Amino acid sequence: MPHDHHDHEHDHAHGHAHAHAPPQPDHKVHSYYQILGVALKELLVEKGVVTADEVRAAIEKRDQITPAHGAKVVARSWVDPLYRIKLLTNANLAVAELGFPMTTTKLVAVENSEEVHNVVVCTLCSCYPRELLGLPPAWYKSRAYRARIVSEPRAVLGEFGTNLPDNVEVRVHDSTADIRYLVIPIQPPGTEGKSEEELAALVTRDSMIGVAEVKAHG
Amino acid sequence: MSASALQTREAPVHVPLNPGDLVRVRDDYPPGHIRTPVYVRGKVGRVTRSFGAFGNPELLAYRLNGPQQELYEVRFLQRDLWSDYSGGPNDSVDLDLYRHWLEKV
Repeated sequence: MPHDHHDHEHDHAHGHAHAHAPPQPDHKVHSYYQILGVALKELLVEKGVVTADEVRAAIEKRDQITPAHGAKVVARSWVDPLYRIKLLTNANLAVAELGFPMTTTKLVAVENSEEVHNVVVCTLCSCYPRELLGLPPAWYKSRAYRARIVSEPRAVLGEFGTNLPDNVEVRVHDSTADIRYLVIPIQPPGTEGKSEEELAALVTRDSMIGVAEVKAHG
Repeated sequence: MSASALQTREAPVHVPLNPGDLVRVRDDYPPGHIRTPVYVRGKVGRVTRSFGAFGNPELLAYRLNGPQQELYEVRFLQRDLWSDYSGGPNDSVDLDLYRHWLEKV
């Protein structure tokens, strides 16, 4: 950081022409690493490696990804058995076909059934299929979720309102390496006649992480 | 940390693993950027699939080059990880682990 970090509001009228990070939420207390990140970005902009607009545009692009992407993939897998096979055998290819390329990580889709319920976590950090679901929810990154879902998954699922019979195997995927996971939830009974678009509207973020099931009425 | 210090952590030759193989995770606690969670170190699981070779994150984290590592999905039974586990007998945790962390049982 080229100058001491101000802890007061200022209007950039302090006589030097270097880049500043965009405004941050007012309530936020910056940790050491957040400040380090801001400082790194400022230096990259100052040295002309990236422009502030490029950083902003990258954040904007990422923020525009919503779980609706993943929901389209799931709905297609419900109505098209061949697509489902493709999704289960080569998920990167299958999601790229719907316009959601995942180029930096390998995607694996896992299907829920009457026998197995899948749920995803990253105990080391916050690995998540961001290209399909957007940014992970705060609870996904919390220490409580990360520690407890691998050791008492049924209790955690119960807290999310998902109570599974004892004969259903709970399978937790701890995605700490190069693979990202998408859960294909069970299509709710009674929705067989719905269109692909109507089905996609039922598929929630939490059902694709695996902490919830899809309900017939959203 | 030096490149040699990191490189010596890798055994020179690893035979490929196959789905169904029982494996034990190395009970080892080296410094550095390690993706193998502590809660499975020393535990026995079963290989469920192979994902192919990937760059070794323990070297990549330090911008070092080294041999790629095969990445495997390994299934651990909850009751093998936590002695007081009270859920279903087949409840499991699947982890993606690099070859040099796995010893065939």
